[in-house]
Formats: sequence, structure tokens, C-alpha cells
Amino acid sequence: MSLSLATLGAILAMMAATYACRAGGYLLFTRIRPTPFLRSVLAYIPGGIFMSYVTPALVHGGLPSWIGAATTIAAMAITRSLVAGIFLGTAATWAVWLLR
Amino acid sequence: MSQPVTFTWAGFREGVRLSVPLLIGTAPFGIVCGIVAQGAGLSYLETFLMSGLVYAGSAQLVALATWTHPASALAAGFAAFVVNLRLALMGPVLAPWFDRLRGWRLWTSLFVMVDQNWALAVRAMNAGERDAAQLLGTGVPMLLTWVATSMLGRVLGAGLRPAPDHPIFFAALAVFICMLVTLWRGRRDVLPWGVAGAVALLTARLLPHTSWYIVAGAIAGSLAGAIRDRVRA
Repeated sequence: MSLSLATLGAILAMMAATYACRAGGYLLFTRIRPTPFLRSVLAYIPGGIFMSYVTPALVHGGLPSWIGAATTIAAMAITRSLVAGIFLGTAATWAVWLLR
Repeated sequence: MSQPVTFTWAGFREGVRLSVPLLIGTAPFGIVCGIVAQGAGLSYLETFLMSGLVYAGSAQLVALATWTHPASALAAGFAAFVVNLRLALMGPVLAPWFDRLRGWRLWTSLFVMVDQNWALAVRAMNAGERDAAQLLGTGVPMLLTWVATSMLGRVLGAGLRPAPDHPIFFAALAVFICMLVTLWRGRRDVLPWGVAGAVALLTARLLPHTSWYIVAGAIAGSLAGAIRDRVRA
């Protein structure tokens, strides 16, 4: 049950940044209309974040991760279920990791 | 906009009822986040505070991917800001509801707004729903589930004590890969996603052990997509 001051500070910074997006976005963009360009940039950000997270991790993780990624995509495309995607993808990675 | 916007207990309860299918999606994500929090060296209390106060799964996973001891408030805060920028565009869509709310009703509704219950609220609002408490009603069970499953994941992580290269951590990647599958809109995403991946890879090499690669990749990729769209238009 430890709580480091630096960790608490980082958590509070994350809380402030996140709430600034939730509440600040509403307060700001109901007063000034975002330009179509800004709107377009913001719409591409989620895909950009997820690709940025996934790509270096896959390159670093090697074969088990690639097989896991392919399994996740297949499971997700077929079932559209987050549970199936996470579970089957992780199971495939684990299996390849054990077999190597 | 014929009837006035209300905020009633009945609307809250209707939201709770609607939240049940959403909880099934929240639970595995929360467990993954708890396991990753254990791997990053967060205590039970720290995991509890992060999930309860930040309540943004993608931002938590991104920040935890490069968590340091002592933690960097600047790096964690900036990562959370970039990852959650999408939330800034969601609030204004619900303005017909939010504009009528005052005080705690408005501020708590904004706090519990995430992608899934926002989408549900937009659909209800467009279908003529006037009770704005529905968003808080879907949000509170989701927040409670998020905190509870994060703690469950933290317990699982403590029991397993996985090494940093353990395949269990692939679950965090799987979460994001699932989201990419959901987000995929066809060929228009190839350029922004490709640029994001390439810039992230390069930045991760140049600035190892920081989360700037995610920020750099996301900004480069989304600018590439938006500039391409503007040039074509």
C-alpha cells in the first residue's frame, strides 16, 4: 500500500490533462468552432496513437508478437468481440513463446 | 428541441440499465490495465488512484508503457493529454444536453464521458431523449467496473509476477490492435497509420525509455492524413 509522491504527482497530472480534454473541449469548442483542418487532425489521432504504440512493440517482440497480432486481428474481424481479440491473441503469443 | 432537457433519477436508472453490455467491454480492458500497472511497479493504492482519477484506459496504458521511478509528471501528463485529445471533440456534440446542466450535474457527466457511453448518449439524444442523466447513469457503473477490474488485474499481476518480456503483456497490445480493427475505415487510413508507425519506430530508437514516440507518431500520422485530405479536396 505504498504511495510515492512522484507517482501521485504523475497521476494527478494525468487526471488534470484528461479532465482538461473532457471538460475543456466542451467549453472551448462550443464557443469557437474548430476549423475543418483541426477537426480532421483530431479525427486521425486515435488511429495514430494505437499504431504508434503497437508498431515498435511488435518489432521488439518478434515472432510471438506477430503471430499474436495476426490472431487478434482475425479474432476481432470475425467476432467483433474485444474479449475474444484480447484472449485469443494473448493465448497465441503465449503458445508461440512457450514453444520456442 | 421541443421538450426541455431534464436530469432525473429515472434517467440515471435508464442509463444504468443501458450500461450492462458496455461493462462486458470495460472489464477485460481494466484487467489488462491492472496487470500492466503491476508490471510498471505501481502499488495497489497507486493503481486504484490512477484508474479512479484518470479513468482513461488508452492513456493509462500508454503512460504505463514507459513508466519511470520516480515518475515524470510532465511525460505522463503530456501523454494523457495527446491520447485524450479525441475527448475534446466529443463534449461539444452533446452540447444540447450539457448546455442545460449546471454545477455537479455538468462536471460529473463530463468526468464519466468515455467513447462507449458517449456514443450511446449521442444516439439517444438524436432519437429525442431529453433526460441528460442517462450519460451519468451509464458512466458510473462503467467507472466502478473500471476501478474494480483494474484492481483485479493488479492482483493477478501480483500473483503471476511476470517478467518484463512475459507474453501476458501482449494483452495490452491486443487491446490496441482490437481498437485499430474497429477504427479501420479503408484505404484512407493507410497513409496516416503508416506514417504514425514509421515515426514511432524512429522516435523509439532515438529517445528510448520515454513515451515521446507515441506522441510523435500520433501527431505526425494525423497531420499526414489531414494534409493529404486537404490537398485532395
